[in-house]
Amino acid sequence: MDELVQFVSILSATIRLAAPLVLAALGGLFAERSGVIDIAIEAKMLAAAFAAASAASVTGSPWIGLLAGIAAAVALALIHAYACVSHQGNQVVSGMALNILAAGLPPVLATAWFHQSGNTPALPSEARFPALDLPFSALAETWLWLDLLWNRLIGGHNLLVYVAAAAVPLAAFVLYRTRFGLRLRAVGENPAAVDTAGISVVRLRYQALIIGGALSGVAGAYLSIAQGAGFTRDMSAGRGFLALAALIFGRWRPVPTLLACLLFAWVDAIQTRLQGVEIPVIGFVPVQLVSALPYIVTVLLLAGWVGKAKPPRTIGLPYGRPR
Amino acid sequence: MGKAWILALGLMTTLASPASAQTFQPAIVYDVGGKADKSFNEAAFAGAERFRKETGVAFREFEISAEAQREQAFANMARRGASIVIGIGFTQKVALEKVAKQYPTVKFTLVDTTSDLPNVQSVIFREQEGSFLVGMLAAMASKTHKVGFVGGMDIPLIRRFALGYSDGAKHADPATEVFQNMTGSTPAAWTDPARGAELARSQIDRGADVIFAAAGTTGLGVLQATADGGKLGIGVDANQDHLHPGRMLTSMVKRVDLVVYRAFMAAKNGDWKPGIAVLGLAEDAVGYTVDEHNDKLITPEMKAKVEAARAEIIAGRLKVREYQAP
Repeated sequence: MDELVQFVSILSATIRLAAPLVLAALGGLFAERSGVIDIAIEAKMLAAAFAAASAASVTGSPWIGLLAGIAAAVALALIHAYACVSHQGNQVVSGMALNILAAGLPPVLATAWFHQSGNTPALPSEARFPALDLPFSALAETWLWLDLLWNRLIGGHNLLVYVAAAAVPLAAFVLYRTRFGLRLRAVGENPAAVDTAGISVVRLRYQALIIGGALSGVAGAYLSIAQGAGFTRDMSAGRGFLALAALIFGRWRPVPTLLACLLFAWVDAIQTRLQGVEIPVIGFVPVQLVSALPYIVTVLLLAGWVGKAKPPRTIGLPYGRPR
Repeated sequence: MGKAWILALGLMTTLASPASAQTFQPAIVYDVGGKADKSFNEAAFAGAERFRKETGVAFREFEISAEAQREQAFANMARRGASIVIGIGFTQKVALEKVAKQYPTVKFTLVDTTSDLPNVQSVIFREQEGSFLVGMLAAMASKTHKVGFVGGMDIPLIRRFALGYSDGAKHADPATEVFQNMTGSTPAAWTDPARGAELARSQIDRGADVIFAAAGTTGLGVLQATADGGKLGIGVDANQDHLHPGRMLTSMVKRVDLVVYRAFMAAKNGDWKPGIAVLGLAEDAVGYTVDEHNDKLITPEMKAKVEAARAEIIAGRLKVREYQAP
């Protein structure tokens, strides 16, 4: 029975760890499907985490925090769009510039506003998204299996986890079942054709980057006002890049991307539990190796399995109307 | 902004001139995390503030935010005529030693690691002794007989905390099971509260109901998760009991504030000496906290037992193992 509890604990941690990856990767998916490389997911998450924590700290409301986070990430996405879509700049260079900006600016602003060495004040529980109890949770508690399933695995997460879960089918629907989605996919494959059809490439790419920014913004807010309680320097800790890796491994499709995020999160959840545990035959695994696991898996997967993946055809190429 | 800067600079220059006439200029360089990290660096800041309030002598300070700044920070302090520069944290060693060689007349105090240069005073702590006491408290407060430890970067310093804690818990109750996690093996392990929270939750899921965090700002995530989960947390370095009143069992304090205060004072009074000082329970430099936030959690019996152990350790009758790097 103890093993079962442990198993559910790992799955539940997987869900919590996957949520920000899923949101950020879906954000990147919209941007990249439109033909714009989104290397700045990390920047958007970090800026959103900071804006969300600051706003929530000042107003005491997680909702205002969430909106501020989205606004900050969308603002960065618009800078990216202005540089790369309007002015056809290099998308990787613009993305890296944003990453550097978002690593440096929040600690400076936080020091100026809150005088706490680049962090925001710790948030009280009413300024964060709390873990939600599903209906009938008390009833489910009476039976262990049901308790584990209903209250630990499905329930007991914060609101943004459910937002992430809902975002996957929603993104798939928008991408594959709407006119906007069709145009978005087309603009990543052949912008000239879209342009010839009388649809604005620039407008579509702006829309895609704004959606991407909003989703990355929710992911960032998740880190600072749902999972955590306040912004600390560099708190995204490479999750934006992990989301990008998941997006590529998921071949720029929503459901495979979700699975890739779940895989990365699962490896991460496992690694927190493998430390100091003796494994049969192998014995004690050094901490260094265990904590490198998610990255080793990423490299192996990207190097080995994804070779056949076809990115959107014109990704990285700015579109300018031929004269 | 520009004007304000020039004004501020001008103001600082005018304020600084009488200070330079006094010729005593203390300076301090904090580590990554900054002086408001609610922990190690904040304790150092508190010590420097105490010195300033008591003597009226202002001090220069610098918060490291990137590795490349370390040497520059020390060199700047020394070049501008600092009498004593305190480097907070073991990561400062290389930069501090390099600058200390260039400025042999400037006094340097290095906290948390050692250097044998003639103008450097090193202060290290017997963290294992204080950790031993909070380990005892954790074991006595635990109802599940399972307690947890979350460390930051996996280095011998943090292993000292871990081993002392685990030994203390088993000393108080041999049946106690101790879970131990390190956040990572790079400096990023100090600044990842989300991962800290996840590690704490994994330990709570395994049954731990008291968790000791020695992990910089990552520890704030650990303590948040233990408070959210209705369990007890143990803070580190500074008194962190106020972070989650009622959900903090105690804090393992390292009196970095006293070290900073004493180093400044000694330098001012002319009795500062280079060399290595090792501080522990006997010097009252490590210990546990009891204040208005946690006095209901620590029963008189618990306190009596811990105080007895403390006396034994000071008297040398109870030996606390020190972690030896393999």
